[in-house]
Amino acid sequence: MDLFGISFLGLNVVPIILVIAGLVALRMFFNLNTLAWMAAWWVGLYLMLSNGITVPLPGSIVGMFMGIITLALLVYLTTSGEDLEATKDFMVKFFTDSRYSPALLAFLVLLPSLVAYNVYTGMTQQPQAPVFGRTIHPPPPTDITFKGKKIDLVNDDNPYRILKETDPDAFAAHVANGRKVYYQNCVNCHGDDMGGNGMFAHAFDPIPASFKDPTTIAMLQESYLFWRIAKGAPGLPDESTPWSSAMPAWEKFLSEEDIWDVIIFLYEYTGYEPRAKEELH
Amino acid sequence: MDRRKLPFTIITIVVLVLLGITVQNVMNSWSLERELMGPNIEAAPDAVTPETPHTTEYRTFPKIGSRVAIWIVAQLHLMFAAFVLAVPMFALIIEYIGYRNGDKKYDKLAYEFTKLLSVSFSFTATLGAMLTFMLMILYPKLTNYLIGIFSWTFFPYVLLFFAEAGFLYSYYYGWGKFSPKVHLALGLGLNIVGTAIMFIANAWLTFMNSPAGINEAGQLVSMWDAINNFTWMPINIHRILANVAFGGSIAAAYGAFKFLGATTEEERAHYDWMGYIGNFVAISAFLTLPFAGYWLAKEIYAYSQSLGIVLMGGTFSWLFIIQAVLIGNLFLAANYYLWVSMERIDGAERFKKFTKYLLAAIAVCFLVWATPHSLVASVEEARSMGGSHHPMLGVLGVMSAKNTAVNIMILTTYISFLLYRRGNKEPTVSWSRTGNLIQFSIFAVVISFVIFLGVYGYFVDTATRVGLSVPQVLSVLFAMVSVTAIDVFMYKNAKFKGEMRWGQIPARAQYALFFLAITFTWLMGLMGYVRAGLRQHWHVYGVMRDTSVDAFTPTLGFAAGVVSVTVMIFFTFIAIVFWLAGLTGKKDWEEDKQLETSSGLLAEEA
Ligand code: HEC
Ligand code: HEM
Repeated sequence: MDLFGISFLGLNVVPIILVIAGLVALRMFFNLNTLAWMAAWWVGLYLMLSNGITVPLPGSIVGMFMGIITLALLVYLTTSGEDLEATKDFMVKFFTDSRYSPALLAFLVLLPSLVAYNVYTGMTQQPQAPVFGRTIHPPPPTDITFKGKKIDLVNDDNPYRILKETDPDAFAAHVANGRKVYYQNCVNCHGDDMGGNGMFAHAFDPIPASFKDPTTIAMLQESYLFWRIAKGAPGLPDESTPWSSAMPAWEKFLSEEDIWDVIIFLYEYTGYEPRAKEELH
Repeated sequence: MDRRKLPFTIITIVVLVLLGITVQNVMNSWSLERELMGPNIEAAPDAVTPETPHTTEYRTFPKIGSRVAIWIVAQLHLMFAAFVLAVPMFALIIEYIGYRNGDKKYDKLAYEFTKLLSVSFSFTATLGAMLTFMLMILYPKLTNYLIGIFSWTFFPYVLLFFAEAGFLYSYYYGWGKFSPKVHLALGLGLNIVGTAIMFIANAWLTFMNSPAGINEAGQLVSMWDAINNFTWMPINIHRILANVAFGGSIAAAYGAFKFLGATTEEERAHYDWMGYIGNFVAISAFLTLPFAGYWLAKEIYAYSQSLGIVLMGGTFSWLFIIQAVLIGNLFLAANYYLWVSMERIDGAERFKKFTKYLLAAIAVCFLVWATPHSLVASVEEARSMGGSHHPMLGVLGVMSAKNTAVNIMILTTYISFLLYRRGNKEPTVSWSRTGNLIQFSIFAVVISFVIFLGVYGYFVDTATRVGLSVPQVLSVLFAMVSVTAIDVFMYKNAKFKGEMRWGQIPARAQYALFFLAITFTWLMGLMGYVRAGLRQHWHVYGVMRDTSVDAFTPTLGFAAGVVSVTVMIFFTFIAIVFWLAGLTGKKDWEEDKQLETSSGLLAEEA
């Protein structure tokens, strides 16, 4: 059994326990100075971030987090004047005192080796598609033309939503139609439970949106969805390039009513409420 | 060369080299971007035709183009204006404190702050005039339109500017010449006029972002509605607070600058204290900014979902990651300053053991605060995450988590202040144990409540979630007010355990003050760009299109480059202001003295 694969609450238990045990052991058996202690923390936290989380964090995030952690550790190291003096003394001794010569030698060998190793792994990696800072929710235009009709994305709202209160039966019919539209057109990409994991999903980059995710439809207004569904990837604004989304432009295949219906269905199915238009003053 | 000056010389050289490199880079990437993106702009018809159709809509600025030229000048003008508006606010408060408690030291400090004003005021006016002319020359169509809408606000603006000059110079030159009450009244007048000026100017620029009071054809219907548009008040408030924070940090940097160059114990003590007060002002205003910022964002969203999404969800969301990193750094540096400066308080050693935990709290909140909503990930990484949201981090990327983090950072900073304040004091009241216990319970309850609301936010819809930030803020405010109140009574007649050794602050704390000032300035430049860039290819959002060659959103790197250049220019100017302000304190030039000292030196060398 893969020991490192044991996962609890999204964390890899074994690496985390090892790191903690390592830090505790250092604390108990070695009398480290502040500098060495900070270095140990740095390495420990790095190992935790890069190995301790079941679904690995993207490199960009690990980099950013380590940047912040480095800053925090530097703050710790330099807050107390005594620690700072002790650290300076230690550094001077490290480079001058013959007691430390072996360690210094090791350090002088290790540092360039690390760099060399890094370069080596960098050069021998499989070529990868370049990384883009993808904007998930690009800014919508103020209005769009849908089959010759102008739709105002700022002020227009789903015309059928009001039926939910006024005429529940008619509303149910819209939900039913939305369901049909969804399972005929969207399911292959967005998945039968709307988790963004349909049959085709993994052929695409970016992968289809998961509507269950609290950061997609749950924080958008319906007019925004209308725009995205009607215009798809081709309708995305210049500002959001580079963009290679597979989301089709549905205006060619669906009627206006179908689109409003499928939007209603997305919300009914996931249980989210669309973002309300705020009161104008 | 004087050894003490070496670091300054090195820093100056490094800054100049960096400036050169940045300018070079910015220029290169700019011409490239214009080539790539400029001609692609689709020119759509305007919703408005200006009343007097002009033949020229745009003129070009050599080399860097109109947009960058206006951008830099406007930002520099804003920075100086912010400084000139903010300093009188706290100068007046400090003068008032001195007036009430009779301590001359406060009066002297207030005067010292005011000394920085008069030169800055001329800089502000010059840059303002330059901005106006450049607007008229480079963007005649837009300028005409705005003048058409706001014509009647220009007269009071100019008149107020006159009044501002009158108040400022009588406040500055009249120091010690009037009765204290009259002088304080002058200061009050200065502040009122200054604030009014800013409110008027804010009306113009907020109108461009969220126009109101006009009809479909873009003609003025109601001047008051045009002024009181959606983002006017939120920006008024956010700017006042941000200006005070910024002004305080610049003044603190001045203190630090003088401290590092000081030669006598007395000077060192004075400037140490000045740095502390400037920083105190800056941080107090800073702590309120997240709330004001969220209100502003909410109003932008309420005005238009599209603008809201551009701001928080679209291209500009990356700028908010940078903003978050800067703000996290501000929190770290502000606390660092306090912790380091506790070394000069005898008796504060007993609080040293807490810094670790405060630091850990800030670091964790910083991580949450800076976690982006959508991640930069390679295809492989995205696949293994099952989307662009990491299952764990996705949770941290949304507002509930960020609000919670920032609230806790605010409380932590507050606790650092509290410990600093207590540094050398020991309460003498009989109920001090109970008092401490109550304070501790307030913190515990409020922090749990804030975290609870943060978690609860995941289970409700967006509108409710946004609403939850209100009780979060209120509970944090409650904690700060009630704990302060208890503390004031508890430490009345407190016994002193040791001395506050002003002037013996370690130099690294002063560098933290420089860092704070630069970070604030950079943040200000960045956010100024966000506000203006938000409109994308509109001059007046939804009303008048920008059809010039520059009507595109530049890349993040380019924008950051322009902001950096602006910040460096600003600090060059500020250095001039510091130098000029320092001249008043210098001894008069005398021919024989000069000779005497140089011959003295010669004699010594020989
Ligand atoms: C060929 C695959 C595919 C099909 C079929 C498809 N989508 Fe998509 N969809 C995507 C991809 C990929 C994305 C994510 C990238 C993007 O935002 O463009 C996406 C994004 C979306 C978004 C934006 C979500 C957000 O958070 O901004 C909505 C809404 C959406 N799809 C609705 C639909 C609906 C409704 C249908 C059916 C009528 C549908 N999609 C069919 C691939 C598809
Ligand atoms: C700790 C939190 C914050 C700090 C320290 C901060 C600081 C600043 C500063 C220094 C400015 C420049 C003010 C000026 O030009 O006079 C500014 C402007 C701005 N801030 Fe914030 N801010 C904070 C939070 C926020 C938040 C949460 C938002 C919204 C999402 C926000 C949105 C803006 C905008 C849009 C501007 C431009 C307004 C203008 O041009 O004046 N800020 N902020």
